[in-house]
Amino acid sequence: MGANLWVNYGEAVAAVLFGIGFGNLLLQKNLIKKIIGLNIMDSAVYLFLAEKGYIEGRAAPIVVNGVQEAAAYINPIPSGLVLTGIVVSVSVSALMLSLTIRLYRRYHTLDLDQISLMIKREGR
Amino acid sequence: MSRKKTEKEYQKSFAYYFFRWLNGEKDEYLGEVEITPKEPYRETEEEKRARIRGKRAIFLRLYGAKKTRAVRAFELFYKAASVVFCGILICLLLLTVSYLPPTGAADKPVNNEVSERYIENGLQETGAVNIVSGMILDYRAFDTLGESHVLFIATITVLILLRLDKKKNDGAGITAEQAELNDAVYEPKSDTILQTAAFILVPVIMIFGLYVILNGHLGPGGGFSGGAIIGAGLILYLNAFGFEKTERFFTEKTYKWVSFGALSFYCLAKSYSFYTGANHLENIIPKGTPGAILSSGLILPLNIAVGLVVACTMYAFYVLFRKGGF
Amino acid sequence: MDFVCNIPFISILLSLFSGTICSVLPGRAAKWVNTAVIVSVGIMSAILLVYVNGTQESFVYMMGHFPAPWGNEIRAGVLEAGMALFFCMIMLLCMWGGRKKLDEEVEESKHNLYYILVNLILSSLLALIYTNDLFTAYVFVEINTIAACGLIMIRQIGRTLEAAVRYMIMSLVGSGLLLIGICMLYDLTGHLLMSNIQEAVAQILEEGTYTVPLVITMALMVTGLAIKSALFPFHAWLPDAYGYSTISSAAILSSLVSKGYIFLLIKIIYRVFGFSVFHDSHIINVLFVFGLAAMIFGSLSAIKESDIRRMIAFSSVAQIGYIYMGIGLGTKVGMIASIYHIIGHAAGKALLFIAVIGLTDASGFSRSFFDLDGAAYRNKIAGIGFTVGALSMVGVPMFAGFVSKLLFAQAAVNNVGKLMPTMIVLAVSTILNAIYFMKTVIRIYTPAENTEFAVIPLKREKLYGVAVVLFVILNITLGMLSQPVVDMIRSGLEMFA
Repeated sequence: MGANLWVNYGEAVAAVLFGIGFGNLLLQKNLIKKIIGLNIMDSAVYLFLAEKGYIEGRAAPIVVNGVQEAAAYINPIPSGLVLTGIVVSVSVSALMLSLTIRLYRRYHTLDLDQISLMIKREGR
Repeated sequence: MSRKKTEKEYQKSFAYYFFRWLNGEKDEYLGEVEITPKEPYRETEEEKRARIRGKRAIFLRLYGAKKTRAVRAFELFYKAASVVFCGILICLLLLTVSYLPPTGAADKPVNNEVSERYIENGLQETGAVNIVSGMILDYRAFDTLGESHVLFIATITVLILLRLDKKKNDGAGITAEQAELNDAVYEPKSDTILQTAAFILVPVIMIFGLYVILNGHLGPGGGFSGGAIIGAGLILYLNAFGFEKTERFFTEKTYKWVSFGALSFYCLAKSYSFYTGANHLENIIPKGTPGAILSSGLILPLNIAVGLVVACTMYAFYVLFRKGGF
Repeated sequence: MDFVCNIPFISILLSLFSGTICSVLPGRAAKWVNTAVIVSVGIMSAILLVYVNGTQESFVYMMGHFPAPWGNEIRAGVLEAGMALFFCMIMLLCMWGGRKKLDEEVEESKHNLYYILVNLILSSLLALIYTNDLFTAYVFVEINTIAACGLIMIRQIGRTLEAAVRYMIMSLVGSGLLLIGICMLYDLTGHLLMSNIQEAVAQILEEGTYTVPLVITMALMVTGLAIKSALFPFHAWLPDAYGYSTISSAAILSSLVSKGYIFLLIKIIYRVFGFSVFHDSHIINVLFVFGLAAMIFGSLSAIKESDIRRMIAFSSVAQIGYIYMGIGLGTKVGMIASIYHIIGHAAGKALLFIAVIGLTDASGFSRSFFDLDGAAYRNKIAGIGFTVGALSMVGVPMFAGFVSKLLFAQAAVNNVGKLMPTMIVLAVSTILNAIYFMKTVIRIYTPAENTEFAVIPLKREKLYGVAVVLFVILNITLGMLSQPVVDMIRSGLEMFA
């Protein structure tokens, strides 16, 4: 065990949230809840990245009054990475939700196991 | 010479309503607000039996399938394995976190020459006051190009899944006409509160979205956030006034051509800058004075292109989810 | 810089842009655009391969006006160019072989969408091959995942939709692990570019400050990519996805998409952590064990299967096990064998999928074994194709599968500790492979008495025939002229380090 667990409490929360989302994605039977788990997982990654970029007492990386010292602003890279992560997560959620809509229209249930059973009984 | 209106056209015009209202001939609320209370719905015995029967049939259909022993064992194993896997994962991540460099410190490995150059030379090299904008659209533009294509490919897959054919039932379990009928339930029937709110809010939302997009290189904002705001405004407009109104300016064709135009502009502009950069050629696009609205080279047009793509995508997601067509 | 060095950039951007163009074209035009893009990217990759082979040096290409740690970068060497060329060939043949089926199974109005998916898969595969930046790799991994999901569910029946959901869940688990791994690695090293990370990793190991998180990060990224490429316990989505999607999708998914992830993994092993760091960690043993398990269990499931397409899908599980076993051996020869097997398996498995569809079409669209009697007489070209593919998978000399098995055995000899398990499992798995493939070959060449299925003449399916013949030639070439390919892989791996 390292020494920084309490200093890095933000990252620790992100790690726990990531695990919770991960568990939801694997364990929930309901497809909508699975998608919520996915979103929790992605949000945990954003929290993690935001914590990574933060430097105590510094401003957001937008140049104000011509001050251009590296000591004045936080690290801009994690912010950019979060942006990419959000876009990917939106796209994946939309895809998963539309798959859910199609399956629901056909089988009238959101339970993935039930759906597999019905498909097996269809026998195609 | 003024154009003459027929009686019918005149009766539809604003002036006709206005003068009627002025003369006190028309009650604004007549027919709009329901006054007579409705009889509470009473279920007859027969209907009740039918309802219970139907429910049971559905229940049997859903849960009637027997699970064999092997399936049960597998489910148990799967659950146990998943729980163990998640537990191990959380422990491992916490262990890693406990070793990671402390949050908020200035002398971490992350704060190295890379972020230093972004902050100290970003303004001169990209012309963008917002350093994050400069980073994602100039320094690391290839990632962002990929990112907008993630959005594009997601729309394509949603189109494959949910777009309904006008004529035939193509295995989606529902035709376009049925979807239209289903959707009619949600269509607003002159909902005065919603329409008035939308009438006031939508222009403000649109203008704010435009501001966020156009200001992306000068302050917080950019194509992705501004596009999402405009998309939200469009969705609000649609909810208040219905498809009849939005169809006049936004159809599938609009979506197709706007996103095609924006994405191909993005691709070509970035290809140009990648090509000139790699071959050490001069970039002829002027940077302008930092802080002015027309500055920072390609970042402003790229933000506009991204904003268009995102706004269209958000709106397309909404309408496809709602009734499978624009 | 020579103009040839622009080829990686041009091929990625061309395939990306063609996806956008296809969105406004009708299906027929999109088909031609797709073919033209694949062919031109293939030709360009061949030129690049010749060029890099001549200079014997890899080069980096700046994506923008800013050099290494600040801007994005792509990198090309012999291995990258060879892989790009090979992927283009396989993809073109898969599209040709599955075109007729695609017309039957997918609605006319959605054809152009299918070609968009294929173009974007091509561009993301190229980006995964060429990239020198971890975050770019993540973005293109996501494009690859979503497009692959589209390929699965473009034929819209219940099975494929369910398979698509399962595929997405597994893939998202994998990409989540990959993403958090990349973020942690970024925190430890402060870089996203592969070459800079490698320097920082060497420094970290020297100072000994962050060894534990580094190993865990490596484990997270390797696990993520292993899940995405359907290593043994994570293969639940695979049989339905390969077994029921339209045939060109199945062939592309099995031969290219999962291979793209494995190639990225090899790239990360070599270019991010360094081969010796990876070799000294215990992750390598885990991969080895799971690889062995996949070889046995994949083959056993394939034997039990009575549906011919699902059988081939399960065989894919076993073959991916071979690749991971080669990586897990932890020797240079093992890595060469794995990369050779990526190529050999891609050629063989794509051929099998394309050939099977001819056989089932000649048996009244039935996929069960009982109807396949004499199918090879009713559709001769498909029968020949299936036989060649099966022989290659089993590992008969003259075909690609034999060479990779020989290389695996050679690699195992260098690693004394893992020699016995490798040899035993290799032998058992070969026997199991032989059982289910030979069973099928014998069945399709057993003359059926009074069958009601009609003979499919070769003239009706010209494009299909051409695709199968070219696939057969490709397989035999890979088997007969293996030495140049192995030399190319070896010099490519040296350029990696």
